[in-house]
Amino acid sequence: MGSRVVERDLEIVVDDERIRVAAGTTVAAALFNHGVSAFRRSVSGEPRSPVCCMGVCFECRVTIDSRPHVRACLTTVVDGMHVQTATEP
Amino acid sequence: MTAANAGHGGVIAADVVVIGAGPAGIAAATAAAERGLRVVVVDRCPEMGGQIWRHVRGAAVPQLAQRWIERIGKSGARVLTGTSVVDVGVGAESFDILTDSSGSAVRICAANLILATGARELFIPFEGWTLPGVMGIGGAQALLKSGASFSGKRVIIAGSGPLMLPVAAAFSGSGARLVLVAEQAGFSSVARFAAGLWKTPSMLAQAARYRARFMSSRYSTGTWVTAARGSDHVEGVTITNGRRTWDEAADVVCTGYGLIPNVELAQLLGCDTRDGAVVVDARQQTTVANVFAVGEATGIGGAPLALVEGEIAGLSVNSRQALPSPLLQRRTALEAAALRMTDAFAPRAELRALPTAGTIVCRCEDVTYGAVQGAACSRQAKLYTRAGMGPCQGRTCMPGLEFLFAWQPNTVRPPIEPALVSTLSSEFAVTAPPASLSPSHMGDTYQ
Repeated sequence: MGSRVVERDLEIVVDDERIRVAAGTTVAAALFNHGVSAFRRSVSGEPRSPVCCMGVCFECRVTIDSRPHVRACLTTVVDGMHVQTATEP
Repeated sequence: MTAANAGHGGVIAADVVVIGAGPAGIAAATAAAERGLRVVVVDRCPEMGGQIWRHVRGAAVPQLAQRWIERIGKSGARVLTGTSVVDVGVGAESFDILTDSSGSAVRICAANLILATGARELFIPFEGWTLPGVMGIGGAQALLKSGASFSGKRVIIAGSGPLMLPVAAAFSGSGARLVLVAEQAGFSSVARFAAGLWKTPSMLAQAARYRARFMSSRYSTGTWVTAARGSDHVEGVTITNGRRTWDEAADVVCTGYGLIPNVELAQLLGCDTRDGAVVVDARQQTTVANVFAVGEATGIGGAPLALVEGEIAGLSVNSRQALPSPLLQRRTALEAAALRMTDAFAPRAELRALPTAGTIVCRCEDVTYGAVQGAACSRQAKLYTRAGMGPCQGRTCMPGLEFLFAWQPNTVRPPIEPALVSTLSSEFAVTAPPASLSPSHMGDTYQ
């Protein structure tokens, strides 16, 4: 994606790992690019990842800066942001 | 800007609140604000433009989108992005809209509402559709536009409707390996629809341009996915055309059977709906006074129709003036094209046989097909199995279940979206509406 994104990269922390992300990316896209497949765990323990990517399905919810149940698809990355995946149920 | 900037626990007064900042909402807000009305637009996404005008950060925005975004910027309408509507109260003279922006509550008071709530995808469950890597067709497009890289990934698009074409085109330009585009509608339906496009030549030309961009990939009609397999991530799918069944390997599977209007907010307000869409009159007025509806919420018609409907509503709020006839003629022509589309891409009956007893239908509560199979209606399924009672409130599973079992849609209750208790409690924090909706109030909350 690098060639299309003109803005500078940011650094976010995903499950204690620091990763570089293009500014303007959503958290959902950043996690997808990082190879995360279990954004959350379902009530029966299945891994789940984004489906609608427009805030309807709630499958992409993660913990961001200690706030649980945040929709990754509606959140734009911010430098220094801490994201925890697969924290539910 | 976000609603949080309005001040925590603040109340904003307006003449019109537009819910949704896609093409319909932008056109409605612009037309109303250009007439001097005080307009506030709310949208849950971080940027305005809706799904259709979402764009890769850094890439050029479509010209039409650019023009409208510039125009709304100059119109005086105030746009609150990253803001979800939680509830709408109906007062004697105004609506009281409770919104949430990153956990902060903001209330907006307005005499008129324009619902531009858009549409979502219809998902029909099949074995393995909950595996990571299986996503919506529009969902994949949104992910791509929000910075995701699909480079080198084997992608299968299997579903229905014209949305598959631009998404397939976008994937072929992204470095992904687009393996197959499977349209469940039969060849004759698709051909008849394509033949009808001569009435709207711009649509025909656009469809041809999209197809040209993924010429190296297969496009099959009368073909659908019956199951996805994989352990912690999708690895492949089983595909059939009714005569032959085969397996294909895939890293990403995009599914979706067309779009369905988001009517929940309209239903909460008591607006009539017909065939899953909000009923409106010639001025885009719903069956509830001072509530208008525009764009996909009133029936799937695409961005050109949404813009026209938006403008009509924006010109109709607090006005009885005759509407410009070119606008009305354009709406009539585009509505006819929309109806032909709905007929051509109706999901086939075979899709009802895809789920097995163990297939999860409600993704929020992990309720299986076997568990809901005996229910007489969606309400009974909800009460007995919790299907549709998770965070998405049935937005994802219920339309699919209604297709599988021919159930009628359930009633809608607030909150429209899950919200913090602190947000919900702010609904009761202010006992009286703002003293006046006069411009003097604007000093507090408008720049």
